[in-house]
Amino acid sequence: MNEKNMSKNRVYNIALLAIVIVMMAIAHYMIFFYAPIEREMGIVQKIFYYHVPLAWNSFLAFGVVFFASFRYLATRDRKWDIRALAAAEVGVLYTTLVLITGPIWAKPVWGIWWTWDARLTLTLVLWLIYVAYLMLRHYVDNPEKRATLAAVVGIVGFVDVPLVYFAIRWWRTQHPQPVIAGGDDSGLDPMMRTTLYFCFFTFLALFHLLYRRRVAVEQLTDEVEHLNAGEAE
Amino acid sequence: MFNTIATILWKDLKIEWRTREAISAAFVFSVLVLVIFNFALDLNTTEARRLGAGFFWVAFAFAGVLALNRSFALEKQDGCVRALLLSPADRGGIYAGKFLANVIFMLITQLLVLPLFIVFFDVAVTGGFGILLLVFLLGSIGFSAVGTLFSAVAANTRMRELMLPILLLPVSIPLLIAAVETTAYALGAETEVSMWFKLLVVYDVVFVTTCFLSFEYVMEE
Repeated sequence: MNEKNMSKNRVYNIALLAIVIVMMAIAHYMIFFYAPIEREMGIVQKIFYYHVPLAWNSFLAFGVVFFASFRYLATRDRKWDIRALAAAEVGVLYTTLVLITGPIWAKPVWGIWWTWDARLTLTLVLWLIYVAYLMLRHYVDNPEKRATLAAVVGIVGFVDVPLVYFAIRWWRTQHPQPVIAGGDDSGLDPMMRTTLYFCFFTFLALFHLLYRRRVAVEQLTDEVEHLNAGEAE
Repeated sequence: MFNTIATILWKDLKIEWRTREAISAAFVFSVLVLVIFNFALDLNTTEARRLGAGFFWVAFAFAGVLALNRSFALEKQDGCVRALLLSPADRGGIYAGKFLANVIFMLITQLLVLPLFIVFFDVAVTGGFGILLLVFLLGSIGFSAVGTLFSAVAANTRMRELMLPILLLPVSIPLLIAAVETTAYALGAETEVSMWFKLLVVYDVVFVTTCFLSFEYVMEE
């Protein structure tokens, strides 16, 4: 990377960081002051503005893993492998947060920590698939081998997502489940909806920031390894 | 290509015939799982009938992982994989051969466990034996399709035996749900079964294709 590109990059990174901070501040203002308090669930419902946008973003992240894996197998360009890794890590982080915020929300509202609801279960299965993906990367030493194997798992794992979703949905319709008051999208107040969408974009910006930083770290690691290898000769 | 498939399949069947390692290990392991379930849950007959299908597939999933692990660990021994790669054999053919061998091993294991399962849990195949066989076949195809590919993936990692179940089980969840529901139907439960059969078929088609196509990337040195 040349000097000019690097400084350009730095400006972009700082600008991005600033945008994320400002958006986060606005998002939290909207969550706690702009959006009305939900009539039945009360203040607890505020966790909705974290839970749902994080879930949407994590699906997006796993889509990026799929696309990058596909591109890697087609081009064998290390850059796609790095992109898949960065997206998978952010995706796992986001799904972890979804799985933590879910029960915190469910307990006071539904009276239970966990329900095998279609969306919640899908998130759990996705988490398991992509944790396995990251573990696999960890246990292969040869970088090219690692990239190829990970790409294959990244593709197979994503192909599985619609099947998991339909299987769990049908399974749910057959088995009794607790009555859920006020489903996610049932007649959402316009102010709540605006807040929800704004939060989605805020977490999307954070995703972009984390993703870029992770890619940069991986590139630096490559560079260090490259320099070490040069020195050894 | 068909030559390759037949050769690989024949080779794997011959090894299994001589050693009887994969099937006997999977069989004993399945029986153990069923016995432990029985002790852990202390079921009466009605409960056992209701939950039987689930136990059967849990036992089968874990035993299947055991057998699949061997599939490529075997090739890694004495550099057999390298020899396979040096030969002009088509990669897809290697996959198809090993996949078919695994399907056969799993079907045999399931048929061996079935009588014990019927005895232990006092279930009756009231929904029809043919349906149960169809479920076994579709289930084995789906499980082996992904399992054969992931067995090759896991054989390339530092902790082979542990990596396979971690990769395979989450991806198999839709298959296992559908297999349990259809098995329950064969055992006399009244469920809407046609969509579960559709799901089994779709899973098989999707993953046989995907895994067949991605196998060549796993098998490069």
